[in-house]
Amino acid sequence: MAQLVNLPPRVQETDLKGLLKQMWLIRYFEEKVDEFFAKGMIHGTTHLAVGQEASAVGSIAVLEGRDKITSTHRGHGHCIAKGAEVNKMMAELFGRTTGYCKGKGGSMHIADVEQGNLGANGIVGGGFSIATGAALTSKMRNEGYVVLCFFGDGASNEGSFHEAVNLASIWKLPVVFICENNQYGMSGPVKEMMNVEDIAQRAEAYGIPGKVVDGNDVFNVMNGVGEAVERARNGEGPSIVEAKTYRWKGHSKSDAKKYRTREEEQEWRAKDPIVRLRDVLVQEGLLTEEEADSIKAEAKKEIEESVEFAKDSPMPTLDDLMEDIYA
Amino acid sequence: MRELTYLEAVREAMSQEMRQNEDVFILGEDIGVYGGAFGVTRGMIEEFGPERIRNTPISEAAISGTAVGAALTGMRPILELQFSDFITIAMDNMVNQAAKIRYMYGGKGKVPMVLRTPAGSGTGAAAQHSQSLEAWMAHVPGLKVVQPSTAYDAKGLLKAAIDDDNPVIFYEHKLCYKTKSDVPEEQYSIPLGKADVKRAGTDVTIVATAIMVHKSLEAAAELEKEGIQVEVIDPRTLVPLDTETIIQSVKKTSRLIVVHEAVKRGGFGGEIASTIAESEAFDYLDAPIKRLGGKAVPIPYNPELEKAAIPTVSDIVAAVKETLNRQ
Repeated sequence: MAQLVNLPPRVQETDLKGLLKQMWLIRYFEEKVDEFFAKGMIHGTTHLAVGQEASAVGSIAVLEGRDKITSTHRGHGHCIAKGAEVNKMMAELFGRTTGYCKGKGGSMHIADVEQGNLGANGIVGGGFSIATGAALTSKMRNEGYVVLCFFGDGASNEGSFHEAVNLASIWKLPVVFICENNQYGMSGPVKEMMNVEDIAQRAEAYGIPGKVVDGNDVFNVMNGVGEAVERARNGEGPSIVEAKTYRWKGHSKSDAKKYRTREEEQEWRAKDPIVRLRDVLVQEGLLTEEEADSIKAEAKKEIEESVEFAKDSPMPTLDDLMEDIYA
Repeated sequence: MRELTYLEAVREAMSQEMRQNEDVFILGEDIGVYGGAFGVTRGMIEEFGPERIRNTPISEAAISGTAVGAALTGMRPILELQFSDFITIAMDNMVNQAAKIRYMYGGKGKVPMVLRTPAGSGTGAAAQHSQSLEAWMAHVPGLKVVQPSTAYDAKGLLKAAIDDDNPVIFYEHKLCYKTKSDVPEEQYSIPLGKADVKRAGTDVTIVATAIMVHKSLEAAAELEKEGIQVEVIDPRTLVPLDTETIIQSVKKTSRLIVVHEAVKRGGFGGEIASTIAESEAFDYLDAPIKRLGGKAVPIPYNPELEKAAIPTVSDIVAAVKETLNRQ
């Protein structure tokens, strides 16, 4: 009980069942994509966010509809949390015209600018300054929106990170940099790639707050990001929030995961963010076992339907090749 | 009509655009009270204030991406890079983000930004401050590339670039900054993709860009004394390229020389030569196409060596004579 009693209003007022549903949607979406890649039914590559559902869902749960996000290679979860339709996402991965990018972007470029998803990004560190630019628009036009910039632990070693955070800091831009530290930049363990314990410590160098949250605890993420968003919205400038988490799958589809142990993977699987949220909600009496099961089943059904939608959607024609290069 | 320098024409274009559209703003290093590395924005902060004449830290990666993000969310940023050589640091944002966003997003979203930057040698600034790298940008689908040679063109083309819904790279040649021409005070814009016949002639076509337009006109004046009529065409924009004007000219003169300051190897001259070779104008050629370009050398510091690295007026005169003597 204690867990919920102490939660601030932003959690109390949230549709917690909706959060659980989103997390299941992400989990099933990723597993379905994994399955189809393995079967050779989707081409290209993909970077799955299984195990990282809480950082995406918890961060975006504290946003208002007008707020914006920039995302990463591992962006499916962010897109779903920002309200993307799984049908259009799946269709995009199948390369169909009904996809978010008409089949031209694929897994790494799902965007929905009108809904505030400024795009996943195939360039590690590519989103930092796009986020500062969107935040600058908000400030110059007094639009009042906040931008969440998702990035990985690996991207924090890119120069673009340091330049963008500094710029956001001196201009007090309404942006929150959210590091999803899943412990590995491709195969490189964080401990070998930087000499700081927490990436959030880097905030100090730019005179802004840095905070570490448990990336597998959706409430903890909401609180940490919520404070940073409030600060940004009040004109107090950017923050860095580091969510410690773990990707269950490899970096991309060709990853044999030789750089880590089975034991380590098991340890993190035991911290499954979905099971954790579900258990709290059931213990608190906010959800019955049956309701929890039906949310899970609903999510599964929606993902299965998204596959049907994608398969039934038309392929682009060769006439589409040269469209959309210039406005 | 009054005369303005090229530099003043660039400033006037920006000032007029900023007066009529709140979304247009400038960001760049030292563009505030300092007035920019070459003085182009001098006095603008007094009229428009520091919010719209936005002085940035030395962070080309961040400010180029910030321009992309601001453009994607509705602003029309003009980014000033102090020297075109520094485009290397902004390259990821221009090539991987600005150029591709529209296509990757299936036509949803646009990036209306202008990257203005001084290019070219002749100032003794040596290898890292003197390059002409326009071919790099012209190679990338999604970007537009502009190279004005006169004050009149600079104003009209810059206004068109600012009004364009695509990312535009606007190369200003440093040695053109002090050149003067008649520039109307009123608003006018020169459509991107429309070449200008700077001098009509019947014997040889010279297609020249930026400072080489002036050198070619000088060469043409000298050759006229010998009764040789040179037609000088300035494409003004490399992307989109007005191939039609060039093809028609070559059909008339039957001879083509391409002159640019950029290194000949891999330079844009190859593109123009190939365009003619692939067109119906090929059948009209009475001599092989000739390309004059910079030597494949980093621009040296010593003034005599610096001059020798790029085509001179006498090189152009010699090339015309050689072309005319081949039947």
